[in-house]
Amino acid sequence: MSERQIYICVIFFQFNISWVVLLKKTPLYEEHLKLGAKVIEFGGWLMPVQYTNVIDEHITTRTKVGLFDICHMGEVVVNGPEALEYIQIIGSNDFSILEEGKSMYSVMCYENGTTVDDIFVYCFSDDYYFIVVNASTTDKDVAWMKKHSLGLDVNVENKSDYYAMLSIQGPYAEKTLHKLTKGNLSLIKRFGFIEDFILSDIKTIISRTGYTGEDGFEIFFDSRHARRVWNAILDAGKEFGIKPIGLGARDTLRLESCYSLYGHELSDEITPLEADVGFAVKLDKPEFIGREALIKLKDDGIKRKISAFEMEDNSVPRNDYEIVSGGSSHIGKVTSGTFSPLLKKGIGLGMIDIAHAVVGTKIFVKIRESLHSAKIVKKPFYKYTGRKY
Amino acid sequence: MNNPKELKYTKEHEWARIEGDIAIIGITSYAVEQLTDVVFVELPEKGKHATQSKPIAVVESVKSVSDVYAPVSGEIIEINEELVNSPELLNKSPYGEGWIAKIKLEDKNEINNLMSNEEYERLIKSAKH
Repeated sequence: MSERQIYICVIFFQFNISWVVLLKKTPLYEEHLKLGAKVIEFGGWLMPVQYTNVIDEHITTRTKVGLFDICHMGEVVVNGPEALEYIQIIGSNDFSILEEGKSMYSVMCYENGTTVDDIFVYCFSDDYYFIVVNASTTDKDVAWMKKHSLGLDVNVENKSDYYAMLSIQGPYAEKTLHKLTKGNLSLIKRFGFIEDFILSDIKTIISRTGYTGEDGFEIFFDSRHARRVWNAILDAGKEFGIKPIGLGARDTLRLESCYSLYGHELSDEITPLEADVGFAVKLDKPEFIGREALIKLKDDGIKRKISAFEMEDNSVPRNDYEIVSGGSSHIGKVTSGTFSPLLKKGIGLGMIDIAHAVVGTKIFVKIRESLHSAKIVKKPFYKYTGRKY
Repeated sequence: MNNPKELKYTKEHEWARIEGDIAIIGITSYAVEQLTDVVFVELPEKGKHATQSKPIAVVESVKSVSDVYAPVSGEIIEINEELVNSPELLNKSPYGEGWIAKIKLEDKNEINNLMSNEEYERLIKSAKH
């Protein structure tokens, strides 16, 4: 038996040494090994893919609470008198309506409308923004962001090495963190955040955000305290059944919620309109990079769209599998696919020709040599229903 | 380790139980531990020919797709249809209810290419260190 794709199974004692040197470790790497994690390479980082198994970790996050090491994510600070003007140019969303203490999803586009990255923008004030970018794209993003800051009174700084980032997700996330602070977490509404929030005696930025479709928080703090905060949260959450969660379940959780993953649903070949994240693209804004191309695309009509589908047998769709119509013609490909631990069936997102990207349409996924029937369904597979406890 | 003594093993973590000229095959408990949660098994077709060391089945976990290689060559005379709706049998009982297929041996000499349980356990040990 041997693994053929999806994750390159990195067993850390079998490495080619020269490769190890190129891979980055988060400050929690040793903690993951102690917890028995299986470690893989992801976006240039050595990350835990699972500690127990993906289904167990997925269900733990949906029903209890999970802790994620996402220190690999990038953090970029944009500050200066023209910070708002600048961010309005690089981002597709409208940050003029983003209040202090609130965060907003956006994409950054190239002139041709395809995607540099998808980002989360936190407004500290109209001259100070904190931006979370993807791990594998951090260097590319920072270079692109700096290039477009020329001529504006703004400073773009990559703070990824300084900040640790943890995510606490699930119905018991608030109860868990409540034990570690005198602060009032219930004051933080969805997409809201507080800077200088004291958690486990450490100063953090804490937001009610996440990538799982559950209630939860993301925290940022000086990475020197990463181990201490990580272990404090695991201790605090014990009574609620907390578990550390790897990237495997992070992916199945976000997929059930139909959140895009850069490199899959979004890329430098895919526009945000095709990725179906048009809610984060404000074409009525006077100016942003990629706007003209996106207006033209919208006027011409998009030809393909990221759509959700579920399998009608027990097979599992995977990234890059071909999608065909009932008449066997090529109509697209799978961008993300998995077995859904919640629905207990194969689910996926695919880039599908617009004529077929209609809820209810029957499609076929080519899995190895055979065609498996599936149907386009409404997004998301799993809907966030608010705080439960 | 609980790899049955009477079975033969491959370095790719399949096992074969030789009964006369029939080999019952499956994947080892080590393989199942590595996969963790098996969610789908693609079985070979009955009547098809299996070739030693060539893929005959596919086992999928939530995040991975793995080929299963035939430990021996010969006609596939029976497949474990239970795995279609209960892939978790592989997790529960890799050497019992989780068997994958029965192959009619075409060359008994091929068994010499397989490992004993001691040899297989040495292989697993070296993989763990």
